[in-house]
Amino acid sequence: MIELAPIGLSLALAGVTTLVLLLIGTPLAWWLSQTRSRFKPAIEAITALPLVLPPTVLGFYLLIALSPNAAIGQFWLTLTGDTLTFSFTGLVVASVIYSLPFMVQPLQAAFERVGRMPMEAAASLRAKPLDAFLTIVLPLSSRGFLVASVLTFAHTIGEFGVVLMVGGNIPGRTQVISIAVFEHVESLEYAQAHILAAGLLVFSFVTLLAVYTANRRLAPHVG
Amino acid sequence: MDLALRHTKGDFDLDLSAEISGSGVTAIMGPNGAGKSTLLRLIAGFETPAQGHIRFGNATWFDGEDGTYLKPWQRPVGMVFQGDSLFAHLDVAGNLAFADTRAKRRDNALTLSGVIEALDLDPLLKQSPATLSGGERQRVALGRALLTRPDWLLLDEPLTALDRDRRENTLPYLREALRSFGIPALLVSHSLDDVAELADEVLVLSNGRKQSHGPVDTILARYDVETADGRRGSSSLISARVIRHDTNRQLTHLEIDGQRLDMPLMDDVGVGEALRLRIRARDVALALKRPEGTSIRNILAVTIADIETENGLPFGHVVLRLGETHIRARLTRASIQDLGLKPGQNVFALIRSVSFDR
Repeated sequence: MIELAPIGLSLALAGVTTLVLLLIGTPLAWWLSQTRSRFKPAIEAITALPLVLPPTVLGFYLLIALSPNAAIGQFWLTLTGDTLTFSFTGLVVASVIYSLPFMVQPLQAAFERVGRMPMEAAASLRAKPLDAFLTIVLPLSSRGFLVASVLTFAHTIGEFGVVLMVGGNIPGRTQVISIAVFEHVESLEYAQAHILAAGLLVFSFVTLLAVYTANRRLAPHVG
Repeated sequence: MDLALRHTKGDFDLDLSAEISGSGVTAIMGPNGAGKSTLLRLIAGFETPAQGHIRFGNATWFDGEDGTYLKPWQRPVGMVFQGDSLFAHLDVAGNLAFADTRAKRRDNALTLSGVIEALDLDPLLKQSPATLSGGERQRVALGRALLTRPDWLLLDEPLTALDRDRRENTLPYLREALRSFGIPALLVSHSLDDVAELADEVLVLSNGRKQSHGPVDTILARYDVETADGRRGSSSLISARVIRHDTNRQLTHLEIDGQRLDMPLMDDVGVGEALRLRIRARDVALALKRPEGTSIRNILAVTIADIETENGLPFGHVVLRLGETHIRARLTRASIQDLGLKPGQNVFALIRSVSFDR
């Protein structure tokens, strides 16, 4: 017997998170790859924080920031009538922050590998920056986008601590695969835990295999 | 083009004004680090000068006073970069189309098919840049730059990355394109051969300053232009007329002010046509009497017009006059003293090697 609700929720969360991060992470990674600003190291460090912080620490701060008592949480509540904590939207916000480095770092590396020359050549051929980015940089860094998207998706599927802190364990609402496994183990339902755990293991392996096969030259930071 | 630029980058600073001729090719020469490429990047808009202005015709591309600054894509220049600048994900046709579709104006004298034909790109159109030779890449890059219908071409050492054979195959295309499309060009080069063949004027830079600026024959003859590899090589450009082809001995006879020069056979040049020859000063030796029993065929009777020596340098230059033409010879100061050379003296110039520029 396979439970579909946690699987569906995990896939939806990972999909939405990846899309949101493509929109946020692409300009951020581009800025980091081009800037000579003295703030660059600070921004890079902040971007990489989710790699080293325990998920509970991140989840704790997010829980406080997103709760209806805090400015962001209150704003969201008055805007939508729903809380950010213990909701799918809250999970997306938390996942976007938690998976940020998995999108930004491969993209930044890909942009840096493209270098300045194609942008300058495009500019000398009358292409404005957005035109040059879309027609030249994007296709030249397509493998970076593939790697970044797959890693972000897979990492979001594998979340546990942050999701538990921000979303709790509400079946059909915030109970993703990793939390369902935890729940089954706690209740000594090892058979159900085995099905979900093995499924996640196979999924993760196949995903990483695909990434490394697609791009052997890029060694992603998996941490 | 009216340039007045001040620019600082690290511990390098550039400070120069120049009026660049709006027709023909102006070569920018000078040793490494003189600011040649930086000057081109400032004109293209990739770097912003601290002060000064860049004006062309009625248009101002940059003015430090009133803050005018045209972005690189707004400047009517076509650039050929030193390295490989082709878009790797597009084939040759795609690279050309990228420029063609974005050109701000059309030009009946400059069409896609015209450029493809002039640069012989037709066989390459479906190829990916990765499969092209260095010379083919630079031809495509030149075609792409032309298709922006630029008012100016900026050529940053377009032939430098090529080996000798490729260079000799690519140079004629460059020369023909510059001539037939008639777009003024700035050419950064440290090859004296390239400059002698392509340029009409030369701007010599040193340490970010203008050292000299003038017609190519004057500059190459008058100045010891230091090339990027540190080689000094002043040379003279002279005009000669073809008088006869000797197919038996594989020689072409040229006439220069009533005297004869022999060159390896060039029977594709018609009899009566004028050629521009370049003679490097170090390829010219002097003799007080017409030498006999020598293998050197080209011996000209000349008059010493001037002698330039400088204390502390082993070599000096002797400027020789032949009718209206001047030829420079580079001799050791010791030879100049031992032979007792003086201005006005009649001597014989022994020319070891001549290169030509059609």
